[in-house]
Amino acid sequence: MGTWGPGGCGPHHVLGLCSYSNCFREYFVHKFRAMLGKNRIIFPGEKVLLAVSGGPASSAMLRQVQEGLSRETAKRLRFIPSVIYVDEGAVRGQSPAQREQSLACMETLLQATGFPYYLVHLEQLPASILRPGPTTPSEPNVSYKEAVEGFIQQQRQKGYGDQDSGTSLPGPGNGESPEGPPSAPRLPAAALTQELLKLFGAVQTLTAKEELLQMLRIHLILHTARTKGYTKVMTGETCTRVAIKLLTNLALGRGAFLAVDTGFKDDRHGDVMVVRPLREYMAKEIAFYNHYFNVPTVIAPPLPTKRRDKPSFRHIVENFLLGLQKDFPSTISTVYRTGEKMSADHAKPSCESQRCLLCLCALDLDGGEWGGLWGGIRRLGAL
Amino acid sequence: MPPPRCRQCPHPAALIRPRCGTPLCGPCFVTRFEAEFLLSLTPPPGSRIPAPAPGSKVAVAASGGKDSTVLSHLLQRLAPRLRLRLALLAVDEGIAGYREAALGAVRRNRGREPLLVLAHKEVFGWSVDEVGAVLGNGSRCTFCGVLRRQALERAARGMGADCIATGHNADDIAETLLMNFLRGDIARLRRTAPPSAPAQPLPPVPRCKPLRHACEKEIVLYAHFRRLDYVSTECAHAHRAFRGHARALLKALEASRAAAVPALGHSGRRLVVTSPKGGGTSGDAGGHAPLRACARCGFGSSRALCMTCVLQGALGGGRPRVALGKRGLEEGP
Repeated sequence: MGTWGPGGCGPHHVLGLCSYSNCFREYFVHKFRAMLGKNRIIFPGEKVLLAVSGGPASSAMLRQVQEGLSRETAKRLRFIPSVIYVDEGAVRGQSPAQREQSLACMETLLQATGFPYYLVHLEQLPASILRPGPTTPSEPNVSYKEAVEGFIQQQRQKGYGDQDSGTSLPGPGNGESPEGPPSAPRLPAAALTQELLKLFGAVQTLTAKEELLQMLRIHLILHTARTKGYTKVMTGETCTRVAIKLLTNLALGRGAFLAVDTGFKDDRHGDVMVVRPLREYMAKEIAFYNHYFNVPTVIAPPLPTKRRDKPSFRHIVENFLLGLQKDFPSTISTVYRTGEKMSADHAKPSCESQRCLLCLCALDLDGGEWGGLWGGIRRLGAL
Repeated sequence: MPPPRCRQCPHPAALIRPRCGTPLCGPCFVTRFEAEFLLSLTPPPGSRIPAPAPGSKVAVAASGGKDSTVLSHLLQRLAPRLRLRLALLAVDEGIAGYREAALGAVRRNRGREPLLVLAHKEVFGWSVDEVGAVLGNGSRCTFCGVLRRQALERAARGMGADCIATGHNADDIAETLLMNFLRGDIARLRRTAPPSAPAQPLPPVPRCKPLRHACEKEIVLYAHFRRLDYVSTECAHAHRAFRGHARALLKALEASRAAAVPALGHSGRRLVVTSPKGGGTSGDAGGHAPLRACARCGFGSSRALCMTCVLQGALGGGRPRVALGKRGLEEGP
């Protein structure tokens, strides 16, 4: 059967549905379910928001959820998914026509899944978002079973009717879009787009632009999750993406927050937890899966660059890791496993006033060696 | 466009500082560099960074290269002011064509401090070239580095030094962090953050790295302006070293944003690694495994036998490669 390690031997020939692909599919699906089952974070009947970018990984994740929900009752995944797609076309240099086209493609794709979906634009991020959100402290030492029962109690009290039994799921064909334009996707007002472009124009380096985009995107997704009552958000970071993020964040000075930035569960936001179920999949496996099982994707263009721009950290690290991976095939998984050993202990703030408004982690202000000596001291006496 | 002026004085600028872009003339740069050096020797209290106290004895690890030459020069200038007693320690690993010229520079730069030269061959019975002959194609960096550090430790303890000062610069520290991440070396990553309590029962001599904030370019510039005499040959085995990959990544990151180097240093200090599983005796908050005494030589070790003894045993037993793998650490010589 061969091994399916990173860069390892995949099926040697691609002839439609060859016999290898079933084994591969079983392996792929099993990994997803094992990831969710092992971590026991998602409660049955819980509302989960899937953050889909149209890229290969999140599209594969969407397909996994679809398949997982449609199995026979005993093995079925038992949460209630909805999908969110954030249109970043303005920042990515797409013309309004291109943006409309991407949105139309995504809408068709999402309608076909039958899940409720939200198409939001990055411009719609309200400025009020940069305010501390409510925190629900998680109770330690509660077993999964007790947590599920507590959750179901909570849902009953809120009066969600029979949703907590997990049986009433939106069936296929229910293209309900709880918030979104009725027929053709509409772009936001030009003034809002200009504001956003001005913000990004003020940022000098590509590295900073990418970080800003990530931050705004997650804020918007969380805002949507909070206002619509979702308690979990699933994002499609793969093993490759996690390894890249680990090294990039080290270079950004975020060594204290590696665990929340890349771990399976990210609970710094308090009431909404971000979950990364694809983090053990290599990018190559996703690519094989999407190819074999015809998973549709809508690829967004990268951030536009000028000739004088220096490459961003993410870009440098990606090239480096993929290059090293060719000679040392365990590079990416080694970096990933190292990242798994990081602890989230000091990443979460002790109280709201100690929380960074942008990244929502504990303020890392203990300057000590970092603050004054970087770049040189202003006023010094002679030796 | 007129040439830039020095930020501090009316003279024309001789250089632009790599990290903050400040133009400075030679003398002003030298002043700033020296002041920053002094500041790094007086870390804020409670930061757990080792630094020599007034009146203490400092063993300076001098290799003849640019970092240790700048380090020993600056410590020699500062010694009366900080009331430090210095001694120079040089290690001869036995790599032909590399160390002799550098040791010459150490001897020339020495003031009135005692100088002790240790040879791997004398202390451990094997020079790195001899190890290479036995190893064949493998990397000798482990043998060279572990034995060198042990030699420094033994010499410093023997002369009663209170701390060992090494010339590690900001680039070195950043490279080490990247390298340990790439290799998955959790044990070393745990030790990146400063320890909260000295290990018992045999604490190693504290290491102090006063140049940890200086970037390599500035060290070279300082050595140039002060006309310091050093030797900058690259080790003949450097092309095989894994560090080369980490270095390539660091240089690319630095070219994109110079602040990546101190940011990596900061990340390293703030790393929180999960505690070792099932640790019997409690480690401290940083999750360090407690150090104990090596069963054979008595120096600090995280396992029953220290790495030096394991390597020596493996070499003596004719199986050097075993020591480099996992089994060597479990079986021992």
